Amino acid sequence: MLKIKNKFNTERDISGCGLCGIINAKKVKTNGSDIKKAISVEHDRGNGLGGGFAVYGNYPDYADLYAFHIMYDNLSAKSDVEDYLRNNFIVEKEEHIPTFKTSKIFDHPYLHRYFIKPKSDRQDKLFHELEDDDFVVNSVMLINQNYDGAYVFSSGKNMGAFKGVGYPEDIADFYRLEEIEGYMWTAHNRFPTNTPGWWGGAHPFTLLDWSIVHNGEISSYGINKRYLEMYKYNMALRTDTEVITYILDLLIRKHKIPVRLALTVLASPFYQKIDKMENDKKKLYTALRQVYGSALLNGPFAIVFGYSGGMVAMNDRIKLRPLVAASNGDFTYVASEEAAIRAVCQSPDMIWSPKAGEPVMVEFNDIKEKTSLKGGLLSL
Amino acid sequence: MTKSSFSNIQSEYLAVIDHNKCVRCKRCIQNCGWGTYSFGGDKILADHSKCVACGRCYTYCPEGAISIIKNPTVIRENANWQEPLVKNIWRQSETGGIVISGMGTTFKYKKYFDHILLDACQVTNPSIDPLREPMELRTFLGKKPSKLDLDFDEKGEPVLKTKMPPQIELQTPFVFGAMSYGSISLNAQKAMALAARALGIVMNTGEGGLHDDLVPFGKNIIVQVASGRFGVHRDYLNSGVAVEIKIGQGAKPGIGGHLPGEKIGIDISRTRMIPVGTDAISPAPHHDIYSIEDLRQLIYAIKEATEYEKPVSVKVAAVHNIAAIVSGIVRAGADIVYIDGYSGGTGAAPIVIRDHVGIPIELALAQVDERLREEGIRNEASIIAAGSIRSSADAVKAIALGADAVAIGTAALIVMGCHVCGKCNTGNCSWGITTQRPELVRRLDPEVYGERLYNLISAWSHEIQEVLGAMGVNSIESLRGSRERLRGIELTDAELKALGIKHAGL
Repeated sequence: MLKIKNKFNTERDISGCGLCGIINAKKVKTNGSDIKKAISVEHDRGNGLGGGFAVYGNYPDYADLYAFHIMYDNLSAKSDVEDYLRNNFIVEKEEHIPTFKTSKIFDHPYLHRYFIKPKSDRQDKLFHELEDDDFVVNSVMLINQNYDGAYVFSSGKNMGAFKGVGYPEDIADFYRLEEIEGYMWTAHNRFPTNTPGWWGGAHPFTLLDWSIVHNGEISSYGINKRYLEMYKYNMALRTDTEVITYILDLLIRKHKIPVRLALTVLASPFYQKIDKMENDKKKLYTALRQVYGSALLNGPFAIVFGYSGGMVAMNDRIKLRPLVAASNGDFTYVASEEAAIRAVCQSPDMIWSPKAGEPVMVEFNDIKEKTSLKGGLLSL
Repeated sequence: MTKSSFSNIQSEYLAVIDHNKCVRCKRCIQNCGWGTYSFGGDKILADHSKCVACGRCYTYCPEGAISIIKNPTVIRENANWQEPLVKNIWRQSETGGIVISGMGTTFKYKKYFDHILLDACQVTNPSIDPLREPMELRTFLGKKPSKLDLDFDEKGEPVLKTKMPPQIELQTPFVFGAMSYGSISLNAQKAMALAARALGIVMNTGEGGLHDDLVPFGKNIIVQVASGRFGVHRDYLNSGVAVEIKIGQGAKPGIGGHLPGEKIGIDISRTRMIPVGTDAISPAPHHDIYSIEDLRQLIYAIKEATEYEKPVSVKVAAVHNIAAIVSGIVRAGADIVYIDGYSGGTGAAPIVIRDHVGIPIELALAQVDERLREEGIRNEASIIAAGSIRSSADAVKAIALGADAVAIGTAALIVMGCHVCGKCNTGNCSWGITTQRPELVRRLDPEVYGERLYNLISAWSHEIQEVLGAMGVNSIESLRGSRERLRGIELTDAELKALGIKHAGL
């Protein structure tokens, strides 16, 4: 049976996994063959129940439009959602997402993409002044929650997620990633432990320009979820990845916390370290823990997330999951296993294992100035 | 009517002395605060009717010659006309009074903590070993802003712009519950003060004011303002880390307190600022708080008096509509809300109130936390849960249901020797806890029991760390409100819904 939404009788969906990321800081584009090769080395970290990729810079012709990737169970869901989109957005272009028959992926939902922007005279403007980004977030949540048989799995600008049920190398063939070009790639191989595979549940999980791949099980999920609910986020997918994405969205986009500082909320330093900081810093970090303690991600994780400004990879505060990073010229690689990196970059300039809670951050060169001026605050 | 000279009420316990073992050292006579024992010329005599089974005599009998046994003489069993009911009828028919008792209810209501099970990690996420990894229990009580605002210095480094409201820092999520000087002895308060200082937590003065001897412990004290306003003055308000407005108490919601004049000696008189020998009666309501807007005025009056440097806590009993009440209290400006469940302790309460009014802390807490989250104001105040926290397991469950910290009262008294005999109201406590009789008070050594209190809270803290580790988290804030880690057992759908948890197996 084809599943695009989490209708299983579980509070949440957890899994073990493998992950990879490749970024070029100068935005030199590469096609999807490297990322496919790297993640296929981590074949045994998944079980064929979920694989996926996110790519940035793949829609240069529509860079100012939100690219919605939507999967549909049936055509009536499609026409319902399209009614909603036409009422609220200007739809510049819509088409099937190109897919290719392979022997490994034999059953898949309708996969469609739309290049859109919110109408300036849309209905909600009458009532409240939502920014475009907020409106898109609301729309994504509305469709995912209320439109049976439809699921938005990508909604950012000049980026896209390509995912499904299967091993990632087969998913890569299904979408023919070698024909897609981008300057940043992330990939995920899934090993779910309490639900069968479902198309929507594959990673990356995306919202606006955020894409997250994640290996771990957030032991603090219960409180992270309740905390986000206070800010009206709706946990439709019940996955850890969704929770991480929304926390980042809340901290960075809504609360305007710089990326690097937001990461110290996810994997906060221990008090024994904070107590030794000099005064102003100690005050800041203590306040972060006091105010955002419920957003601390406790338990094992390694995550790689991409956004319009770059890529971040990090571990939980005591490094309970593997993560290796390497750099070679303008390229930075991260992966669950060193072998995955070596498969596409035999002798990198530098290869290391990031410390617990210390993020590997790569920002694109062209936005360096802007971010340092605003303390890393991005133009989201 | 002819006056009957005898009572129907037979002794509950028998103080049985093994005269072969007894060496007639008379320690039992000295130790018993109740006058049970006397010396009959050649042997110790026991007046069973005075025995309350407080355990003091056999603890201190060097020969182990005393046994306290339940009086085997039966009142004929009847599931409907149970013994305590029959006895209370006799008691009231003899005196015409309200039956008063100390301690929390003795009724066998369902204890929800005992129907909640905790989660642990297996395979998919690793458990964490608290002996090898840091395991954080530090807790801050007080209002938290919903977001932080930042500035950036010349190097582009973020600096905190938001002015954080005042917080109480606790090294472990425990506080000692409010027990006033008067209801308990000064030595009992000192033991808690010493322990609180050593542990990095706080005790609470209750409504009895702050004795001079406790002033140096200010950093570990919450001072209370109750309806009698005993001992309240400006320096008092500023002498602790926070001020608590007491509206109600779990053991006696809706009623005030009464410390009889005979207990008001010179020291208590000074501390409470009332004349020696007068009854200290705290009214049922605060007579300046007849509504929520009045509470807001008092909260802000206190904040003005303390220059907004101390969090203001409001203590309420868990009653039926507690969620809406606490929401109102938070919106009235409280930084901390202390919720006391119906099985909480007391120095004295009418048993009709103690045994029949209020609701369990587990249900109250779950509903309050949920309500504050629905309204998006959970960050506006911290929640302290009380009302018989009996073990570290109760504490863990309360925190997972949504409490920031838990308060312990009865457990702290048990440390000091209390056998929960429930006669606190009489002032005869043989252990020197709930008495002002100098010969009884001086046997309670604050240093000795301060250390034992320290031991207990340390032990419970270690146990919480073990539980956190088993759950795979290394910080208490990852447990707080995380109901997903709880499951109910032997609970109905309605109970599970009220607690906001799933049944075991689901």
